[in-house]
Amino acid sequence: MDNMFASNNTLTAYEKETRRIEAGPSGRKPRRRLSRRNIIVYGTLIVVALYYLLPLYVMIVTSLKGMPEIRVGNIFAPPLEITFEPWVKAWAEACTGLNCDGLSRGFWNSVRITVPSVIISIAVASVNGYALANWRFKGAELFFTILVVGAFIPYQVMIYPIVIVLREMGVYGTLTGLVIVHTIFGMPILTLLFRNYFAGLPEELFKAARVDGAGFWTIYFKIMLPMSLPIFVVAMILQVTGIWNDFLFGVVFTRPEYYPMTVQLNNIVNSVQGVKEYNVNMAATILTGAVPLVVYFVSGRLFVRGIAAGAVKG
Amino acid sequence: MTALTRGSVRPNQWLRNLNAKIASIPMILTAVVIFLGGTIWTVVYSFTNSKLLPRLSFVGLDQYERLWAAPRWIISIQNLAVYGFFSLVFSLVIGFVLAALMDQKIRFENTFRTIMLYPFALSFIVTGLVWQWLLNPQFGIQSIVRSLGWTSFSFDPLYDADIVIYGILIAALWQGTGLVMCLMLAGLRGIDEDIWKAARVDGIPMWKTYVLIIIPMMRGVFITTLVIIASGIVKVYDLVVAQTSGGPGIASEVPAKYVYDYMFQAQNLGQGFAASTMMLITVAIIIVPWAYLEFGGGRKRG
Amino acid sequence: MKLRSLAGALAATVALPFGLAQATDLEVTHWWTSGGEAAAVAELAKAFDATGNKWVDGAIAGSGGTARPIMISRITGGDPMGATQFNHGRQAEELVQAGLMRDLTDVATRENWKEIVKPSSLLDSCTIEGKIYCAPVNIHSWQWLWLSNAAFKQAGVPVPKNWDEFVAAGPALEKAGIIPLAVGGQPWQAAGAFDVLMVAIAGKDVFEQVFAKKDEEVAAGPEIAKVFKAADDARRLSKGTNVQDWNQATNLVITGKAGGQIMGDWAQGEFQVAGQKAGVDYTCLPGLGVNEVISTGGDAFYFPLLEDEEKSKAQEVLASTLLNPKTQVAFNLKKGSLPVRSDVDLATANDCMKKGLEILAKGNVIQGTDQLLSADSQKQKEDLFSEFFANASMTPEDAQKRFAEIIAAAD
Repeated sequence: MDNMFASNNTLTAYEKETRRIEAGPSGRKPRRRLSRRNIIVYGTLIVVALYYLLPLYVMIVTSLKGMPEIRVGNIFAPPLEITFEPWVKAWAEACTGLNCDGLSRGFWNSVRITVPSVIISIAVASVNGYALANWRFKGAELFFTILVVGAFIPYQVMIYPIVIVLREMGVYGTLTGLVIVHTIFGMPILTLLFRNYFAGLPEELFKAARVDGAGFWTIYFKIMLPMSLPIFVVAMILQVTGIWNDFLFGVVFTRPEYYPMTVQLNNIVNSVQGVKEYNVNMAATILTGAVPLVVYFVSGRLFVRGIAAGAVKG
Repeated sequence: MTALTRGSVRPNQWLRNLNAKIASIPMILTAVVIFLGGTIWTVVYSFTNSKLLPRLSFVGLDQYERLWAAPRWIISIQNLAVYGFFSLVFSLVIGFVLAALMDQKIRFENTFRTIMLYPFALSFIVTGLVWQWLLNPQFGIQSIVRSLGWTSFSFDPLYDADIVIYGILIAALWQGTGLVMCLMLAGLRGIDEDIWKAARVDGIPMWKTYVLIIIPMMRGVFITTLVIIASGIVKVYDLVVAQTSGGPGIASEVPAKYVYDYMFQAQNLGQGFAASTMMLITVAIIIVPWAYLEFGGGRKRG
Repeated sequence: MKLRSLAGALAATVALPFGLAQATDLEVTHWWTSGGEAAAVAELAKAFDATGNKWVDGAIAGSGGTARPIMISRITGGDPMGATQFNHGRQAEELVQAGLMRDLTDVATRENWKEIVKPSSLLDSCTIEGKIYCAPVNIHSWQWLWLSNAAFKQAGVPVPKNWDEFVAAGPALEKAGIIPLAVGGQPWQAAGAFDVLMVAIAGKDVFEQVFAKKDEEVAAGPEIAKVFKAADDARRLSKGTNVQDWNQATNLVITGKAGGQIMGDWAQGEFQVAGQKAGVDYTCLPGLGVNEVISTGGDAFYFPLLEDEEKSKAQEVLASTLLNPKTQVAFNLKKGSLPVRSDVDLATANDCMKKGLEILAKGNVIQGTDQLLSADSQKQKEDLFSEFFANASMTPEDAQKRFAEIIAAAD
């Protein structure tokens, strides 16, 4: 990929950078010029985007076909006859054992699990990371090292010890218990994420605030939070996806009335009623993935450049 | 050790940083009770012959002897090494390059980012299913290319024991590189504009600025990414189950699957714990010294 | 964690207020989610609901590996379900010893299970230290070869009557573009097929010496070498089966894309759902048409110990409902399995089920490998045979050597 920049020899590095900066922090739109640089940048991005989109295309196309068409046709062909039957079936009719009400059954449960779990796990981990980066105390590194090693333990191994801990706490089988489990397993990666991000922010800011007499929480809310939106978005992406798609914890640590949507998804995809209904599988997948997708799209807007830079100058 | 020296200078050591200590209580509890406690628990039970329920009937190293005599475990380790190496290299390179492209003040950034990230929203069960399809020789990519006239074209990684692990790698990269890109992008956005200005003034070419200035400044983000990718690699399980169930035969087995299968299908907790202990020891040998240098050293501000 | 304190903690936590829904709602967990299976479970639920109670269905797809940790966690975590499908026999012992499971002896004596459950080995598997802890619901046998009549017609050869004829017909099927033998990619299918070949080719005695007595010399001997030879044939014939699930493999037979499949009688449910008729659209050969012996494994329901009295009563009702003659008929017809009692009328059974009932009546039965071997040995066997079936370079001799080692280590 170095080519992309190196081959750009009609422009000097200076000119390139000028353009970059001119378009930069003040937030102006890039110039509309069909320069070689733009062709290369957009060309690459478009090619890459196509690679990412191919499986989605196959999924959507398949979910709109009837089973006879799937059996004969190739998977890339557009549907001859569009049907929304598989979507209806996946959402409202597919059977899990005796319950034939599709994914809709677990949707609200998933929301009830995901919202508190995401908020609490991110809140806890960001404070951890902040304390580790800016307010280090003796022994903190040791606990943190244990935590990072913990990220590598396969979840399944921890099931039985956690069952014991939750039982002793009296929260086994409750929503609270599940939120705690998600907070625990999200902690290693998220804490690392925040710690490293906060540690990379300009130190002068923190020092200046200290001189002004700001304390632990004031600095966290007034200075660190506003400067860290992109990393909060990343944390949100990680947690929303991980928790929304979680199957194992959702069934092991709760009771059926809290079973998340993935239980139905697993049952739709993994059990076969006679013939494997690929169209329903694909529709169910897209439906299940829709919530994280919406979150990505909406929260992604917080990725705007210049927040950090602006704060530094201000 | 700044923290140490500073602590000894000040008299009221316990009250210093009190807020930070209180705020860290959940972390300390999790680290000690769950991760340390759970690990010790697992290691202890790996020396027992626990079957369905954990029981303290010790059998010495029996579980470990059996583990290392099992062909499936050996294959699992080899697969993990291959998968891990390529997964790490490709994720980092692709993720960074995409992030650098996204950082060129492009239009439609939001759309591009979502496109690259959406696979991450889909559960592994289904990622596996879709790629199982695309790679199926009868109606996937192979059949399409053949129908275009190249009849000798052959591409069926999931059904060839020698290359099946690469078939899984393709799906894993498709699913995970979007997140790596986002992490890198967040890192790039945290870098001060003035750095770019300074580099420009000095006349340093763009690619050199990236390699010599920006990447070293993004050290923290790289470390985070590395840990995320690596822990995902060690734990890879669902994707293999969904794509191949470890097949053909046992050609695409991975350690986490061995652990899980022996814990719950074979109802031999001792064997599963022994395997997970081996995984953990390997990870610990690599990580602990590095982590201590990285996090414990006095390099950072106190 | 000591088991006794596990039980103590259980007693303490079940009294917690959550889950106090209608007292007679009983949550039943199971992993029966495929087409035929779901239809069969519906019969159980219907029968239970008819008693005035309510069956709360807790289906978890993905069989033992997915469902089992959930069930065990729920039971040991102190939040048990009302009843659960569980593997028969040896492994539930531990839950029983931990005092977590309910003793059904009262119900069993009252309803005279000892007399009505046939073969008696089924109830033996439920009995631990003289007490009965589970209710068997059906008999499943593995020893069936399912053949697609259409596939053989297309290949221009008559439908085989035994394994040898089937092997001989292989090339003709291949020529017609049909996979002779469908073997799904999941490991248990390859291992099960081997067990079936063993009974058919080496006979009942050898089977028992190997799996019941764990005689490693027999396992390494010439009789078993013959079985591995046959497995080698099966491996050759199964080349090109690119499916994972057993029912997808069965579907290849149903649609005539494969000639046959070695699979348990649960495959019958799939033929039924597809509207096929035994003897017309498909043919079944018990014991591969060689040695008409069937194994009598099966499914059973276990009942965790509950504190709630209403629920405990409902458990008794469910246990007795499961063994009720009417339920037995309705359930087993849908499931494709045989009833656990011989005194029920199965006039509506199809050809294949009738064949099975005859063999059962003659007493040509063996215990299934699930009852004879621990889940651990079974898993090792699965690893071996899934490797053997996928890897053409593994010789039958090497495989036999490893097989003998597994038998030697089995307890």
